Amino acid sequence: MSLLTFRGGVHPFEGKELTKDKPVTKYMPKGLMVYPVSQHIGAPANPIVAKGDRVLRGQKIAEAGGFVSAHVFSSVSGTVKAIEPHLVPTGGMVNSIVIENDGQYEEVKYQKAKLSNLSREEVLNRIKEGGVVGMGGAGFPTHVKLAPKDPSKIEYLLVNGAECEPYLTSDYRRMLDNTKELVEGLRIMLSLFDNAKGVFCVENNKPECIAALEEAVKNEPRMSVATLLTKYPQGGERNIIYAVTGREINSSMLPADVGCVVDNVDTVHAIYDAVINGKPAMTKLITVSGDGINNPQNFEVMTGTPLSELIEAAGGLKEGAEKVVAGGPMMGFPMFNFDVPATKTTSSILCLLEDPVAKAVPTACINCGRCVSVCPSHILPARLATLADRGDLEAFDKLNGVECCECGCCSYICPAKRHLTQSIKSMRRLVLASRKKK
Amino acid sequence: MEITMYNVSSNPHDRDSMTTQRIMQLVAIALLPTTLFGIWNFGLKALLIVVLTTGSAVLCEWLYNFFMKKPQTAWDFSAFVTGLLIALNMPVSIPWWMPVLGSIFAILVVKQLYGGLGQNFMNPALAARCFLIISFAGKMTTFTANKAFKGVVDTVSGATPLAALKANGYTDKSVSVLHMFLGDIQGTIGETSALAIILGAALLFFFKIITWRIPTAYIGSFTIFILIYMSASGMGFSAGYLFSQLFGGGLMLGAFFMATDYVTSPITPMGQIVFGICLGVLTAIFRLFGGSAEGVSYAIIICNLLVPVIERFTVPRAFGKGGRKKA
Repeated sequence: MSLLTFRGGVHPFEGKELTKDKPVTKYMPKGLMVYPVSQHIGAPANPIVAKGDRVLRGQKIAEAGGFVSAHVFSSVSGTVKAIEPHLVPTGGMVNSIVIENDGQYEEVKYQKAKLSNLSREEVLNRIKEGGVVGMGGAGFPTHVKLAPKDPSKIEYLLVNGAECEPYLTSDYRRMLDNTKELVEGLRIMLSLFDNAKGVFCVENNKPECIAALEEAVKNEPRMSVATLLTKYPQGGERNIIYAVTGREINSSMLPADVGCVVDNVDTVHAIYDAVINGKPAMTKLITVSGDGINNPQNFEVMTGTPLSELIEAAGGLKEGAEKVVAGGPMMGFPMFNFDVPATKTTSSILCLLEDPVAKAVPTACINCGRCVSVCPSHILPARLATLADRGDLEAFDKLNGVECCECGCCSYICPAKRHLTQSIKSMRRLVLASRKKK
Repeated sequence: MEITMYNVSSNPHDRDSMTTQRIMQLVAIALLPTTLFGIWNFGLKALLIVVLTTGSAVLCEWLYNFFMKKPQTAWDFSAFVTGLLIALNMPVSIPWWMPVLGSIFAILVVKQLYGGLGQNFMNPALAARCFLIISFAGKMTTFTANKAFKGVVDTVSGATPLAALKANGYTDKSVSVLHMFLGDIQGTIGETSALAIILGAALLFFFKIITWRIPTAYIGSFTIFILIYMSASGMGFSAGYLFSQLFGGGLMLGAFFMATDYVTSPITPMGQIVFGICLGVLTAIFRLFGGSAEGVSYAIIICNLLVPVIERFTVPRAFGKGGRKKA
């Protein structure tokens, strides 16, 4: 059988060997813990603790601020030191609850449950009460995603284990180390959708995961494993849906519109923890990798831990490292200050000895069409970037500029080293903002 | 305390190793087989022309950038490739200064005055060739065999096999298809050997410099047009005629190396196919009904002008657009 895939995409240097076979180290935080009230898409959560309060590990410290929003939990026991804006990995200042860790890790009592005893509403409520959001990076509240208008129309639950971003191996470790929990997590999700099949979607550069998952779903009639071609951005929501089901969605549609729900493996694990163990989302697997770090490895991290501590725990940056990115090399956010907390959506810290972007000087476009051939959205990046630089909002919109998924393939492949993604991304935001105004 | 500054930039934080300069170098390397063949076929005068055109093209680019105080682009091999293509499009008997004039015209007028690399709307090498053909029609279309010439001379003195084909049709006296494929025939320096050109083109395909779309659509539509012509004109099917048309003249060089020029061809995948078909049809019309035996240069240049229109009507369907509507 040929491998499932989509049209477009690139093959950047993978770099997964650096960390994939290293066991996950549990990292115990040392300093102040910071919990931004906005670690998800949607309304920020409202703090429900005050300065000076003592909190326990697993205690809710901020409550969802609307329907599309999620609770935030403390991952340590200690005292609330402040509630103030704090820098986050994506570069913004977000109101955050700062907690002084007392090192006791005194936990609240979790309410365990059995899936067979839970109703649909109870399952969704436990996911909501666990503060589960899309851990792959987008951070969309999971209880909202799992409650579409008509659940009977959902035919596919796709568990995204593509992990197409280079260097990242946290999902890889999750699939190998927590295979059983993932199957149980998917079982919980399937209990919400009577007509759905559950599919684990994994790129073929992770044969160990495919084998482990296939073994685990052997006797599960509603579950299967789909092997995807290794290609970036195979794990993009639109691409993975197309690869597995052949269905297409555009930027104004939701996966549910074509009968699909896509969740990252780490999210499925969090669903399992929230529903069965009653434990909220407060730990995260984080890959610290790249040629600029001394001991690349994976950590199990409590959310709120400053990333600077993780860099130190991985042996520190090498002399002369030029760039440190929160996330992967294709879509990650570079950081200028590492005093930022690990959030529910932080999946990696990538340390680069040499910054390829600074080295590459943009020259004239030669119209080679490479950006067109790699674009998974099938738009014309070279033309759109020109229109964006010219500020021609109308023409940009007409050429489907908003369909850009900001994956970075065009900038990656451009032989003239033009910053196509950057131009298109900025203009795209402007167009979307102008639409909202109307 | 010393503060370390880390780089920040928009995503992605990785870049492919392919650069414009490397693309141009690979094109130059891919042109090597046919260049070397031309030098073997036509003698050292061909080498002199190659050196003159490439040298003057690069020098012209350098001087323009220097005097206009623009970033120096003379070393990106783009001007080198333009110069090389001009040489390959010259008859070996040309006076040495004409190709140099062509190089200067290509770089200065066609490329730089329109904004430099990526901005020209016509293939500079072909524009130069057409400029020279119009200015010096006699010299540009005389193919007299000199002493160094190794190949087969057509019975019609001083004509290329394609011109003979146009005049007399495919007869027993025509140059055999094998010679036309191998290339030891009269013609411009770099167009005679289909074999050497295809060898170079294979390199371009291997390094993914060009895609199949333009060459296939071009040669395919040209073949179909010739087939239709053969049956419609009452000539009847003649494999010799067809292959002489395919291997003769500048079709192979044009289809693989000049129609595929990035700057002057459409960026849209569908547009590239349309562009190729236009080329095939126009080339056939020019060759069969036009005044000259050759039509590739004019076809490419005219289709270059159509590129913006072709692009406008071949914008690809964005992923998911027009699919199932929102439920």
